[in-house]
Amino acid sequence: MSKEPDRLLVERIQRGDKAACAECIEQHSPGVYRMALRLTGNVADAEDVVQETFLSAFKAIDKFEGRSSLATWLYRITHNAALMRLRRKQPDQVSVDDEEVFGEGMEVPSQLHDWCCLPERDFETSEARVEMEQAIRTLPEKLRVVFVMRELEGLSTEETAQVLGVSIAVVKTRQHRARLQLRERLSMYFTELAQAEA
Amino acid sequence: METAECQHLLANMSNYLDGEASAELCAEIERHLSSCADCRAVVDTLRKTVSLYHQLPQPEMPPDARSRLYKSLDLSEFLNPE
Repeated sequence: MSKEPDRLLVERIQRGDKAACAECIEQHSPGVYRMALRLTGNVADAEDVVQETFLSAFKAIDKFEGRSSLATWLYRITHNAALMRLRRKQPDQVSVDDEEVFGEGMEVPSQLHDWCCLPERDFETSEARVEMEQAIRTLPEKLRVVFVMRELEGLSTEETAQVLGVSIAVVKTRQHRARLQLRERLSMYFTELAQAEA
Repeated sequence: METAECQHLLANMSNYLDGEASAELCAEIERHLSSCADCRAVVDTLRKTVSLYHQLPQPEMPPDARSRLYKSLDLSEFLNPE
């Protein structure tokens, strides 16, 4: 993977250098794909979102001002493309404001069994991993996108806030709520497993 | 998880796990955890949940999708096998 700084790569893309476009794809398509897949929930939509993202990015490359990293800028385009696709497919579900639905308060945990004592191999099965991926898909969209950016793609709180155009406090709250909801869901699965093994 | 202390801990749990809570808050949380089994279970399983997601294998773009991406952008000449 090229280590060429964003600015030089962007300047080359702006000059119409196709090799630079290919380098950009090599560097950023893995992350863009993972984000698209986690946001849309299926491979076909993720592929379309990746295509839309790079097509839009290369068309609008003159508007890239370098205030954020190229990766952050691409994540913003990916997020918008994935959201538009979800809205077309599920207009009723996605247009709902998650904050209004779930209120301001934190979810109160109902799963109180400590399943951490399970053997490590139980956490590494394909079934457990499917459960974890499915759990991400059950999160409300606003929590899911923050969780994917922060926990799975490793964006900082500041970068996530920049991509989404929200405050750092909002990112932290959504990240915390996403973690709590995922813990609840995984607890149901792993508690059952722990009880079956007891 | 119904007392005011439990609710206070719940609201600050991620800050605590991420090492972003003040020393004073950490001490307060640890005092509460020493006497509340429910909160201990939630903290432990929340920490484990985050850790499991950090270890989750990352999905990769299928090779045929990668080929279609390069073709759609008229960049097939730069498409090398992974």
